[in-house]
Amino acid sequence: MTRQLNINPSARTLAQSHFRTLRLGTPFQPRIDALAKTNDWYNWAGYRAPHSLWDEELEYFAIRNQAALFDISPMTKYRIEGPDAEAFLNRVTLRDVTKLKARRVHYTAWCDDEGFVLDDGTLFRLSPTRFRLCSQERHLPWLLDSAKGFDVTVEEETEAVAGLALQGPTAFAVLREAGFAGVENLKVFDLADFPHDSSPQGNSQVTISRTGFTGDLGYELFVPSEQALSLWDRLMAAGELRGIRAIGYTALNRARLEAGLIVANSDFVTSEHAIRADRLRMPDEIGLGFMVDLEKGHFNGRRAILEARARRKLRHVLVGLEIEGNIPAEHAIVYYRKSQEVGLISAATWSPMAKRNIAIASLARSFGDTIVDDLWVEIYAMRELQYQKLMKRAKVVPRPFIRLDRRTANPPADF
Amino acid sequence: MKAWDAIVIGGGHNGLVNACYLQRAGLDVLVVEKNAWVGGAATSRELTPGFLYSNCSYVCSLFRPEIMRDLELPRFGLQVISYEGGAVFTRDGDYLANYRDHDAHRREFARFSRRDAEAYDRYARDVTRQCRFIQPLLMRTAPDPTSFRPRDIGELLYLGRKFAGLSPEEMALTLRFWTMSISDFLDEYFETDVIKANFALSGIIGTALGPMSPGTAYVLLHHYMGEVDGSVGAWGYARGGMGAVTKALAASFQASGGTIRTGAEVDHVMVRHGKARGVVLAGGEEISGKLVVSNADVKRTFLKLVEEKELPDIFLRRVRNFKIRGSSGKVNIALDSLPEFPTLPKDSPVYRGDMHFTDSVERMERAYDDWKAGQWSADPFLDMMIPTTLDPTMASPGKHFMSCFVQYAPPKVNGRDWTDADRDGFAESVISQIAEYSPGFRDRIIHMEVRTPREIEAEVGLTEGNIFQGELTFDQLLFNRPVPGYAQYRSPVGGLYMCGSSTHPGGGVMGAPGRNAATEILRDLAKPKQHMSPAHDVI
Repeated sequence: MTRQLNINPSARTLAQSHFRTLRLGTPFQPRIDALAKTNDWYNWAGYRAPHSLWDEELEYFAIRNQAALFDISPMTKYRIEGPDAEAFLNRVTLRDVTKLKARRVHYTAWCDDEGFVLDDGTLFRLSPTRFRLCSQERHLPWLLDSAKGFDVTVEEETEAVAGLALQGPTAFAVLREAGFAGVENLKVFDLADFPHDSSPQGNSQVTISRTGFTGDLGYELFVPSEQALSLWDRLMAAGELRGIRAIGYTALNRARLEAGLIVANSDFVTSEHAIRADRLRMPDEIGLGFMVDLEKGHFNGRRAILEARARRKLRHVLVGLEIEGNIPAEHAIVYYRKSQEVGLISAATWSPMAKRNIAIASLARSFGDTIVDDLWVEIYAMRELQYQKLMKRAKVVPRPFIRLDRRTANPPADF
Repeated sequence: MKAWDAIVIGGGHNGLVNACYLQRAGLDVLVVEKNAWVGGAATSRELTPGFLYSNCSYVCSLFRPEIMRDLELPRFGLQVISYEGGAVFTRDGDYLANYRDHDAHRREFARFSRRDAEAYDRYARDVTRQCRFIQPLLMRTAPDPTSFRPRDIGELLYLGRKFAGLSPEEMALTLRFWTMSISDFLDEYFETDVIKANFALSGIIGTALGPMSPGTAYVLLHHYMGEVDGSVGAWGYARGGMGAVTKALAASFQASGGTIRTGAEVDHVMVRHGKARGVVLAGGEEISGKLVVSNADVKRTFLKLVEEKELPDIFLRRVRNFKIRGSSGKVNIALDSLPEFPTLPKDSPVYRGDMHFTDSVERMERAYDDWKAGQWSADPFLDMMIPTTLDPTMASPGKHFMSCFVQYAPPKVNGRDWTDADRDGFAESVISQIAEYSPGFRDRIIHMEVRTPREIEAEVGLTEGNIFQGELTFDQLLFNRPVPGYAQYRSPVGGLYMCGSSTHPGGGVMGAPGRNAATEILRDLAKPKQHMSPAHDVI
C-alpha cells in the first residue's frame, strides 16, 4: 500500500533550501545571463528562461540565416531502459516503436485510456534497450504505472541532462568546426554520440541528433549537466565565424510556427491539465492522427480512438490557416460566413520566410475538415489604445507553412 | 409592544449576514446574542492584555465574496490576506512544506517522492473539477426532490443538467468522491505517507470521522472550494483575527439601521397557532417579531428553543439523529516570542502558514481511534498557525498569537462530562507535541486558552462544539441538510427559519447559509432582492 521513502533522509534534508530559488537556472545559465541584454525572462517549467536575449526580431533571423543556440534543458526528460523498453514504449505511445531503429528519433504522442492526448514529444532511441523521452509536461506517475509488468526502469533525468538546440543554415558548419567528426553522416532524425573531453576523466560524450523545432537545418545536443558549460563554450568558439548567436523563446516560437509544429498547453490542452471536459483532445483532433498505428497491437487509448473514429465522435480539428493581410491573428475567433463562431486561433505570426500571415487554429468539425470555404477571423489589433477590428478571410492550408530543402539535404550544406 | 419585522437568534457570521440582507431589504431587524459580544465562532478576543485571539475559527477562505461586496464589508474594515504555505513536520527530523509557487511545490514533494511530485497535477485537476461542480450550488437553495413545485423541479433539473454535463468518468468520480474516504481517494494519486497526510488533514478537520472513514473525501472538497479574491482554494487570515469578519458584518448591519442586543440569551421561541411570534429571553423578557430566524444549530434550535409539541414527531426524530458530533478542540496561546523549529530554516514561509505534526494517515486514524474510545487523542492532530507572522494588528511586534486546532476531542470523556483536569490533560497533549519539535516552547507561553467541546458548546453554543453545526457527510448535504423536507431554511413552525451552518451548504465561515436563508425569507415576504448580487459565474 505504501512505498518506502525512495530518497535517503540526508539528501532530502539538503534539498530543503530550494524554496529560496523559485526559478532555477539551467546548467547553461552563467553563459545565458552574460548574454541577456534584455533581461526578459519567463518561467519554463520552473526554470528562468529567456523570452529574448538581445532582440527578438534579430534572434529570429539568426535561426534562418546563421546558427542559433537555444537552451532546451528545462524540457522534461525521462530515461527509459531495459529489455522491455521497446515493448513498454510501444504500449504507451501512439507510433510503432519497433520501427524506430537504434540511434534514431521520432516525434510521437501518448494518450490516456480515454484516448485523450497526455502530451507530445520526441523519443530518442539511444540503444536497442535505452530510450530518452522528451516532453513539455511531466508524466512520471503515468509512465511508472504503465510500466507495471514490463522489465523496464523509468527515471526522470531533466536536471541531470542538459540540452541545446543548434538551429539554422550554418549549424552543420559550426559542429564540424567544433570537431564533431562524422556529424555530416547524420540524416534527419539520426543521432550519434561524440566525444566531449572536458572532464578530468576525459571520456564524456555528447549525444547529437539531427532534430529541432524550427523546420530548418538543425541539431540537438545532450550532455551530462556538468559538461554543459564546456559544450556551450566549444560551440560558441567554433561558431564565431559562422554567426552563432544565442536566442530566446520568442524567436524560436516564430520559427516553429512557420514549421507548423504545435506546442502542448499552448495549441492544445493536455489531458492531465484539462479541467473542462470539452477541452480534451484526441490525436485526430490536433493533427496527430497520422501517429496512430493500429497495426502494432494494443496501446493506451487505442480502443477509445477506434471507437471515436467509428462513431464519428471527433469534434475538433487543428488546421493551418493563411490569413489575408499582415496583422497577426493571435487568439482571434474564427467565423464561418463572418457570423458563426467555429473556432479559435492558438498561435499566429507574420512569416518572414513565407511572406504570409499564418496561424494554427482549432475548429469545430466539420469546419476546417470538410467545410473549408468562407472562413474568417476577427482580429482585434490594439493600436494606440484603440482596437482596430478587422474581419479577414482565412484559408485552410497544409502545414508546414514553409519547407526548407536545407533541413533534409544530405550532406548538409557546409557554410 | 414593538414587533420587529425579524428577530435573528445568534450573532454569529451567518446570523449577521442574514440580518444584514433582511435589514437592507427594508425590514426592521433585531439580532439577539447571548454573549456580551457578537461573532459566534468568528471572534477576535483580547483574552490577555495585548493579544487578540481568533479563539474559534482562525482562517478564512470560504466566506463568499458576493456577500463581502453586497454588505460593503471592506468599508467596515474587513481585509482577508492570503498566506503562504505550511508544512507537515516528519518524525525523522524533516518537514514537507506546501509552497504557493507551483514549481517549488513540485520540488518540495520531489524531495520525498519524484513520482508523487508529478502526480500532483492530476490530483489538482480532479479536485478542481469537483470544486467547479459544487461551487455554483453554494449560493442556491437546494431543491426539494419530494416537491412538485416548478421551482424545485427547475432546481432539480439544474442539478441534473450539471451532472449530465460531466463525462461518464467524471460522473463516476463525482459519485465516488462524495462518498469515499479521503485515504482511499489519496491512494489513487500518491504513495508517500507524509504527502498523503498533508492532504488528508483537509478531509478530517471538524469532522468526527477518521481519514479512513467513508465521506471524508467530500470534507476535503469543502475546504478547497473557497477563494481569496479569485484565487480558488487559497486560504487567508482575516486582518485583526476572525472577529474582523463579524465586526464588519455588525458594523454594516448597524449602519443600515439594524439593532443588536448582546447579553440577551434566548430561552425559547414564542409559538402561537403554529407560528413564531417572537422570542422570550432568559430573564423572561418577551420580544415580539413577525418572524424569527435562528442562527443556532438545528439541535439547539429545535430541541432547546422550541417546545416539542409544536414540532412533528418525524422532524424531531430526524433532528435528534442529525449528526453534530464533537470532535475537536482549540488551544489558543499568547507567546512571548516566535517559537523556533530547528528543522525549519528561519526564513521559511512555513512559519506564516499552517503547521502539522501528523505525518501519516495511519497516525491520524489512530488519533481517531482514541476518540471512538471516548478519549482525547494521545497523539493529536494539530492545525497550528501563527497569524501574527503576517498580521501586525493582533499582538505587539515580536509577540505572537498561536492558534492550535486540535483533533480529536470527544464530546464526553469516557461517557462522562469533561472536567477541568481533563481539559488540562488535553492541553498537555497539545503542548507536549509542539514542544517535541520546538525546544523551549513552554517558556515562551504567556497565556493559554484551552477549549474542549465543553467550553465551545458553553460559550459559542455549538452543540458538542461541532464547528460545522453538523457533519458534512453526503447523507447530511444538499436537500438532506439538516432534515429532508426542511432543507430550504424553513421549519415546521410558520415564520421560524434556520440560517446557520446546519443548513445548506454547511459549515465554515462561508456566510452562504445566512444569505440563502435571507433569499427564502424575502421570497416569502415578496420583497425585492436587488441588493443581493448574483452568485459569481464559474466559467
